[in-house]
Amino acid sequence: MSLKHKNEKKGLKKILLMGNPNVGKSVIFSRLTGANVICSNYPGTTVDFTKGIMRIKGERANVIDVPGTCSLEPVNKAEEVAVKMLKEGDIIINVVDATNFERNLYLTIELLEQNIRVIVALNMWDDVKHKGINIDVKELEKMLNVPIIPTVAVTGEGIKTLVSRLDEAKSPDVKPKSEEEKWIEIGEIVKKVQTVKHRHHTFSERISDATVKPVTGIPIAIIVLFLVFQFIITIGNFVIEEILDPFFCNYYGPWITGIVSSFAPSGTLHDILVGQFVEGELDFAQSFGLLTTGLYVPFVMVLPFVTLFYLMLGLLEDVGYLPRIAVLVDTIFHRLGLHGSAIVSVMLGLGCNVPGALSTRILETRKQRFISATLLAICVPCMAQTAMIFGILGRYGAGYIMIVFSTLILLYLLLGFIMKKLIKGESPELFMEIPPYRKPSLTALMKKTWMRVRSFLVEAVPFVILGVFIVNILYISGAIDILGNIFAPVLVGWLGLPKEAAGALIVGFLRKDVAVGMLLPLGLSPMQLVVASTMLAIYFPCIATFVVLIRELGVKDMIKSCIIMLSVALIVGGALRLILLGV
Amino acid sequence: MDLSKLKPGKIARIVGLEGGHGFKRNLRIKGIKEGKNIKIIARQPVGGPLVVEVEGMQTVIGRGMARKIFVEEL
Ligand SMILES: Nc1nc2c(ncn2[C@@H]2O[C@H](COP(=O)(O)OP(=O)(O)O)[C@@H](O)[C@H]2O)c(=O)[nH]1
Repeated sequence: MSLKHKNEKKGLKKILLMGNPNVGKSVIFSRLTGANVICSNYPGTTVDFTKGIMRIKGERANVIDVPGTCSLEPVNKAEEVAVKMLKEGDIIINVVDATNFERNLYLTIELLEQNIRVIVALNMWDDVKHKGINIDVKELEKMLNVPIIPTVAVTGEGIKTLVSRLDEAKSPDVKPKSEEEKWIEIGEIVKKVQTVKHRHHTFSERISDATVKPVTGIPIAIIVLFLVFQFIITIGNFVIEEILDPFFCNYYGPWITGIVSSFAPSGTLHDILVGQFVEGELDFAQSFGLLTTGLYVPFVMVLPFVTLFYLMLGLLEDVGYLPRIAVLVDTIFHRLGLHGSAIVSVMLGLGCNVPGALSTRILETRKQRFISATLLAICVPCMAQTAMIFGILGRYGAGYIMIVFSTLILLYLLLGFIMKKLIKGESPELFMEIPPYRKPSLTALMKKTWMRVRSFLVEAVPFVILGVFIVNILYISGAIDILGNIFAPVLVGWLGLPKEAAGALIVGFLRKDVAVGMLLPLGLSPMQLVVASTMLAIYFPCIATFVVLIRELGVKDMIKSCIIMLSVALIVGGALRLILLGV
Repeated sequence: MDLSKLKPGKIARIVGLEGGHGFKRNLRIKGIKEGKNIKIIARQPVGGPLVVEVEGMQTVIGRGMARKIFVEEL
């Protein structure tokens, strides 16, 4: 046995957080570890496990936030992950939603049969009272024969007790029961320990009803999404036009050109750092210097929209609105071989395709995951790309932007409809709990937004700068001409674009936002810009998404998916050329 | 009668589930269980899913699945 392996075996104790989806595991996880993790009010958002370290009485232990699962017989990939991880744990903290006590008990009973030490956190204890539920914790502890600790994860109530009683976790000696026997046992437990007072619908429940009834729900959804969109656009443009752009143009630009000119007044180094001047002036969008465009694109053109988008997405998530949207769009998504939950990968994907691709795991079958991942890669531009499309097309009028996005939406529907027919496999129906609306916590929302923005800053911005660097290399080395000639038949002959657009196609593998930005200096007509930006969205995912998709779909399916992407790009590109450019 | 025929706003008692083991378990762990009262909150058009409520918890369920849940109107 290798040393490393031995250490791992002997190493830190593993504590697994397990429970049904959306019971508050992620919040408990961050309470235990102090780590920031993203929680949301959508069943199944923890699709991948998160690891952290906690201290129990001075001793360090590994804590793992396992994806939510309702039973140890998994129905989707996220649940499979959960069941596989069970074997590795030393202690299980079974998080139970006290307001849904009865249905949560099934997993608990299953866990108790597993010959592993269990302790139960009876979470959402604050909501229990509002709902007129009463649970006799002492009696429950006696019946299950493991420690039961009521907790309110969001305020931290009960977490200390949970930690201090961790080593009381035990594996009660129970003989395995059949499923029917389990349900009988659950019935008996519930009868003995839980009383529910009848009460009327609360205000938030009436709103909840209105948002899922089609007659009221659909208009509400349209208004909500419209307001969200308006908010992002208005505030985003304001911040760019009134604050960031003036700062860059009036202060940063002259300062940085001054510094660079002092040691490299002209020549290659100057061009790489501050870029080519346009009509004798620095143009932040077009000069393509590392210190000019390389910073202007991520920080001025993209960051405001990314931040606002994540703020809004986080709000919709935390309030619990996303599952309602899933209900309303389910009928349409069913025609695409998917079901309503696929909207989650679209919404996340509009921020960044990587989490969008990961979230396809909440779908049950291979067919659904294939369709939603392929549609994501083809038809859902990330916020960075969207911001750039707005940036370069906005100046010619909103109509052009509309053409790009209408094309993508239409393509999503059409392609989904075709794939549903052609791809073998099952498309099960939507079956999901709809969590109650919750008042979002401002600090949690800010923290979540910051974590997502930070991951953009840390994981995307360096690649944007690298992208700009590659653009420089392409031009300085003359590779752009060679590539241009190679791609000319497609670009010029088929799409009606100049052959220099080849550079954008290449850089698009790395970063779509930089690629869209590269279109600007080419002097394209607005319609050519429409064709080119649509192509950049469709033809291939960026490298980060590509890597995740290979992992999620497997190599074979990913090859299939790529073939679909490239052929769709060619067909749609040709069609757009005919329709929009008329040549 | 099966659940898909229950009118929105009406309450019924679940009397039986039809289908394989996995399917039944899946329903029961989401609270849709024999003996429980169930209410239709909303019904999406053109064969879309139903939003149902059992013991205060709402669940969305496809029309096809709803046809395998048998209820008696109260
Ligand atoms: N009222 C209340 N809400 C909670 C509690 N714990 C978690 N939540 C909320 O429940 C939702 C789901 O929590 P999350 O940790 O993402 O669930 P997970 O899917 O089990 O990881 C979030 O909106 C939390 O803010 C609690 O004890 N009381």
